[in-house]
Formats: sequence, structure tokens, C-alpha cells
Amino acid sequence: MANKTVTKTAGTNKSFIDRMGGQKFIVLLIVIALFIFFCAMSPGFRKYTTVVSILDYSYYITLMAIGVAFPLMTAGVDLSIGTGLVCYSLIGGYLIVHQGWPTGAGMVVSILLGVLFGILNGCLVAIMELPPFLATLCTCMITRGVGSVVVGGFGIPWPTAAAPGGWFRSIFKIQVNGMNIPIGFLWIILIVIIMTFVLNHTKMGRYTLAIGSNKEATRLSGVNVRFYHIMAYVICGFFAGLASISYSAIFATVQPGSGAGFELEAIGGAIIGGVSMTGGVGSITGTLAGVFVICLLKTGLPFIGLTANWQQIITGLVLIVAVLFDILKRKKEGK
Amino acid sequence: MGEVILTMKGIDKSFPGVHALDHVDLEERKGEVHALMGENGAGKSTLMKVLTGIYKKDSGTITYEGKEVEFHNTREAQDAGVVIVHQELNMLGHLTVAQNIFIGREFKKGIRIDDKKMNEEARKLFDRMNIDIDPRETMSNLTVGKQQMCEIAKAISHDAKVIIFDEPSAALTEAEIAELFKIIRDLREQGLGIIYISHRMDEIKVITDRVTVMRDGTYVGTLVTEDSTKDDIINMMVGRVIYEDPKTENMTPKDAPVVLKVEHLNAGKMVQDVSFELHKGEILGFSGLMGAGRTETARALFGADPIDSGDIYINGKKVTIKSPQDAVRNGIGYLSEDRKRFGIVVQKTVAENTTMATLDAYANGPFINKKKEKEVAEKYVESLATKTPSVDQLVVNLSGGNQQKVVIAKWLTRNSDILIFDEPTRGIDVGAKNEIYKLMNQLAAEGKAIIMISSEMTEILRMSDRIIVMCEGKKTGELDISEATQENIMNMATREIN
Repeated sequence: MANKTVTKTAGTNKSFIDRMGGQKFIVLLIVIALFIFFCAMSPGFRKYTTVVSILDYSYYITLMAIGVAFPLMTAGVDLSIGTGLVCYSLIGGYLIVHQGWPTGAGMVVSILLGVLFGILNGCLVAIMELPPFLATLCTCMITRGVGSVVVGGFGIPWPTAAAPGGWFRSIFKIQVNGMNIPIGFLWIILIVIIMTFVLNHTKMGRYTLAIGSNKEATRLSGVNVRFYHIMAYVICGFFAGLASISYSAIFATVQPGSGAGFELEAIGGAIIGGVSMTGGVGSITGTLAGVFVICLLKTGLPFIGLTANWQQIITGLVLIVAVLFDILKRKKEGK
Repeated sequence: MGEVILTMKGIDKSFPGVHALDHVDLEERKGEVHALMGENGAGKSTLMKVLTGIYKKDSGTITYEGKEVEFHNTREAQDAGVVIVHQELNMLGHLTVAQNIFIGREFKKGIRIDDKKMNEEARKLFDRMNIDIDPRETMSNLTVGKQQMCEIAKAISHDAKVIIFDEPSAALTEAEIAELFKIIRDLREQGLGIIYISHRMDEIKVITDRVTVMRDGTYVGTLVTEDSTKDDIINMMVGRVIYEDPKTENMTPKDAPVVLKVEHLNAGKMVQDVSFELHKGEILGFSGLMGAGRTETARALFGADPIDSGDIYINGKKVTIKSPQDAVRNGIGYLSEDRKRFGIVVQKTVAENTTMATLDAYANGPFINKKKEKEVAEKYVESLATKTPSVDQLVVNLSGGNQQKVVIAKWLTRNSDILIFDEPTRGIDVGAKNEIYKLMNQLAAEGKAIIMISSEMTEILRMSDRIIVMCEGKKTGELDISEATQENIMNMATREIN
């Protein structure tokens, strides 16, 4: 009897919010509200340059978040993307700056390293059956060490925009009449569209969500669960590689030993955007919106006189609310 | 046997759609081992759950030590001295034996836990039971048998007067069973009332004083064990109910080819040397009691669990099945007994579940053709009469019968020739059951070969062309439907009395 009622309500009487995409929609509203709030509170925030710096700052977190959404949706996680990003950027930059490689080749190496560590993580989780948390914590340490070892402990300055080989910086930002145009955002939108398609219209995406919802039922349907499970981590690694490029392009120097903590902002963004930590649920557009909540807080709070430490406290609180929201939704569905 | 300690009279309990207990009686005396028997789903466990306060009875009375009682939870029942020893052990492996026994009521010295006292008390319990277990040993280091002893010690430590054993011997070796029986006899000597739930006919003869038999939630009768035979008990268990149109003859064509041949299949403890043949268009019933190894056989055959040895032939060709992928490629489909865990992805839509095993056919390379997917899902929703507002509905919102149809659709889109239905109608209401039956018959008529595992005698007799009976991991019989009766099936499904 109970089932029938549920069927009816789920079929026809969807609430306005649900029809607009549920949590995604709410998060988007929060992003807009935050933006308006900071604009109203601080004249300094209402500047074009602030918008550009928010976007600059958002690229690498967004890319990491889109990537890490895949392991999260399989009910796993990848903690190695933050230190990984710095490692790939250091090694790519080292080849360009100290070995005289062309910029393009260095970038390819950065991305390939990401894919390589993705394969390693995937194998540890899907074949060796290590808990994802542990496996990627180990690769987190390894990537941090590898980066420092290769560059010998010194920071790597990727070529500046004006220097030879500095063309890659204009992938994300170009100057027109002395004004910075953040064209990186166009790339982000393109990637969001592509990955939304991958998630909803390809076997890769379908099986990622299926593994997260019920791995055993998926296996018993004759799906090569192991392969797709590994692939979720490979996608994540590939995006960590892309993120390392955007990081190199935005910041002047990459410091060895940094990067720890980046992954938490990415994972936090994905979860705020509705990716469920218990797997099976998530969207790329939601992830994008979630990342912007974090970026806005990070950039906006100093403008109203709160330090970076406050940003962490508030981000933590927002995360709790997002996770609670997920749990409540699950409970409601379970009834 | 002493005076009566516990009487349950006219116990009635209904769940939505099921009359689980229909005026059931049970009487327990001091110093008596009383067997509670019945087929799967006869209501034994429900009755015990009513007794120990897990379920609230609708009507009837429970008299314990001369007073009418009603326990509201297991804690109350424990405090009064009615304790259940579960089949699955509820032990915390990292703690010591004594810590496990006294969990939740630790002895204290000030604010400190007094482990020394707990060890002493545990030692006293073991002395009383005449067994040798070190209370300081870590639980997980003990054998299953010893762990069970600890569970019993825990029960006794509650100052139990009535102890319920729920299939205590299921996981034990012969030697451990002997030791268990010694303890049970000791407890009987000490005047405790023991209620013993078991499927094993031989044990009933050895250890119990009286037997109460239940069937379909009703009380059938109570026998004195000494004066009765195995056949008496079986007759009471299966009863004389007229079953809904049982099949009377094998509907498979005489010349139907063998689609699947299994030879000497071994997989773990639960599948020992199982051999059988399955014909095109045949429904082969697998009967047996809980834990007979039927599901394990199916899972091994499907590649879900590893096979130790044995050969599998499909259409006369030897095949290797190491994973579900191999099985699916060879045209085998498996409908699990536990739909929610193994059958469907509940948070996904009807369409997504339908194509789960065949996505390649509805994709161009890595890209899913959602239009084609929707079409095939709609086709099967229509042909199987699945009740769902649309194929975009999440499966979690469907009823059990309709979820089962989605799983069936999954294997039909794959065009699997061999379908394994494991408890196809478990948790499905009567109307939907008939639809599933009709569907299975139709599939067989179309030439699919079906293995049907079922714990319901009605279902076995109504659907099967041939029946294979299993008991404790071994095949113990094979019958044509024309010669099958409840009695001879039940006889094969239970162990002989030694």
C-alpha cells in the first residue's frame, strides 16, 4: 500500500525545487545569494578584478572536483589529487624550465602523470581491494614526495606570459586593451557539458553510478565492474592533471610540499553540489555550483573583514549542512 | 520433566497481508527440551520473537512462572529469564570472552571496569557448564562451536529459566554438536526449559523430549518424541492441505535437448559433488530446507562465487565460468533471492535496470542510445505488465512483484537461454505471484530452460517438471513431478535418523 502512494507522489506531484534539479538548484541559489551578499556588503568586492580573481582561483578546484566526483559516486574517494596536482605541475614545469622541453610536451607529461596515478589508485582500490581512503592517502604521500624529489626542493616558475613558451597562460586569461578576460571559464563550461554527457549518456557514467548504488548487483548483471571501477579513478587522475595545468597557468611559482588540502576543497565542493558520499548519486553541474560556494566564501569573507581561518570554519559548517541534507533525503526515500 | 514453566496460548499475529501466527499454542516444562519444528516460513521464529518481546502479539496469552506476562523488548525478557541464543552469533570479535558475556552490565570498581571479577564470574559459568574456555581469550580466536558455548554462557548468566536455541547446530561440526548436546542435557538436569528450533530430524530424536509442529502459521500438534517416528513428524509438517493446481506431469517434450549439464560441482562446504541436467523448455525445481546449499549451487554456476572443481557443459560444449560476465556471455541469467542486494539497483530507473546486462546492445560504442533503451524498457513493461507510471520511475518506488518483473526484463533483453530463479516469489503478494508463475510457464513454453530454487513446497509442486532435492550441500534426490509428493521430498530434504 505504502508503495503505491509513493509512486503517485514521485510521478506527478514533484515539488518546484525537484523539477528544477533538487539540490543542484538550491546550491545555485546559494551561489547567487552569496554573490549578492558580498557585493552588498563590500564595495571592494564589487569590482571586475575581484570577479576575475574568483574565476582564476576556481579553475583548478573545479577541475579537481569534477574528477573526484567519479570516485565519490562509486562510494569511494581520492585524497591524492591535491598533492598530485602539485607533483604533476612540478615535474612538467621542471622539464620545461630546467630541461628545455617545449611547453606543450611538459603539459602532456603533467596530464599523463595524473592518468598514471589514477591507474595506480584504481588498481589499489578495485583489484587489491584497499579501502579508497587508505589507498589514496598513501598515494597522496607518495605524490608529495615524488614532486619534491624530482625538483630537488626548489619552487618551479613556469614561463611567464611574456616569456617564450608562456603561451599556455593565455589558455585561461587573455589581455585585450589592458583588460584581463578570464576565458578559462569558457573551457570550464565546455568541460562541464562534456562530462555531464559522459555521466548521463555513456556506459562509463552509467556504471560509475551503478557501482556506487549497488556494486554486487552490477557485478551479477555481468558488468566488468573492475574495469569501470578503475576507470573512475583514471578519470579523476586525468582531471587532476588538467587541474595542474590550470594551476601552473594561474600562479607564478609552484612550491614543492604544497597542495595538501586542495583535495578537501574539491571534495567539499562536489558534496555541497549534491554528490553523495555513499555513492550512486551526483551531477557535474551541481559540482560546479558547489565549488563556487567554496570559492565565493574564500574570496568574499576577507572583504567583509574575516580572515582565511573563518573561511575554513564556515566552509566546514556548510559541508555539514550539505551532508545532513543528503542523509535526510536518503531517509525520506527509504520510507 | 517437571512442572509447566511457560505456556503460550492462542497467540495471534498479523503483518500487513500475512497472517503470520494463527492461534498458536506452546507449552514448556522445567527440565524439558522441546523441539519446535515446521517448514521454512511456518512461523517458528515469529512465535519466538513474540515470546521475547521483539514483536507485539495481537491476541493470546503468555503465562510464565504462573503469572501472565508480556515482554516489551528482549531486555525485559532477559531480565525475567527468557533468553534466546541466536543462529548468527552476536559477538564482538576483538573483546575477550568475559567482556563479551558481560557486555552492557560490566562489573565495576569505582569508575573502573573490574575485568578480574568478570573473568572470575565467567570462569564460574564455564565450570557450571563443564567446559574449558579461558575467559581472557580473545573472542575471534575461538572456533564457531566455542563461540556458541560463550553465547550459551551469556544466556545462563542472565539467570535464564527458559533458553531458546534457534538452529544452534547449523554451523557446528559433529564433535561440536556432541559437546553442545552435553551442555543442553546438563541444563535440562538443572531444571531449565529448553526450546530447540532445528530442521535436523536426527537431532530431534536424540536430544528432545517433545516436539511441537507448526505449519503456515498454525499450531498442528505436539508429540512425545520417544513415541513418534520421523514419518509422523513429516506428516504433521506437510499436512494434508490441498495445494493450488499442482503439476501432474512433466511438460517438457521427451526429445528436448540438454541445455545445461553440471558434473561433480564443488564449491566450498555448501556445494558438494552436485550433478544434474537441465533440458530446453524445462522448469527444474530445487527443493530443500534453509541452508541446503541450493543458492550456493546457483551462485557457483553463475560465477558469483568461485568453483573448486567440477565441469559445466552448455549445449554439449564444456565452458569455463569464472565470473558473472562469463556466465552472462554463456546465456545464463540469475534472479537472486535477495532482489534489493543482488538483483536491482534500487536508486536507478526501470529503464536503466532493464538494460543493465545488455547495455552494449543499446549503445553506439561508449554512448548510450537513450531512445532505444527507453523503447526496449517500455516493450518489456508492456509485455510483462509491470505496473509503473513510466520507465523513468526509480525502481525503489515499485512493489516487490514489479521489481521482480524488472529483473526478469533485464535477463530477457539479454536473451538468456538459461534462467535461474532463486525464490522467485519471495516477498511478493499472492496476485503478483500468479503472474510470475504464468510468466515462468510462458518462458518455458518458449524454450527457455529454467532452474527454480524454492523453499515453498506449493511452488515446487506447482511449477516444476522435475525436482532436485538438496540437503546440507549434497544432492539427495531427483524426482519427476509425476512421482513427487510432499512426503518424499521432505524425506529427502532431511537427514536420516541414525
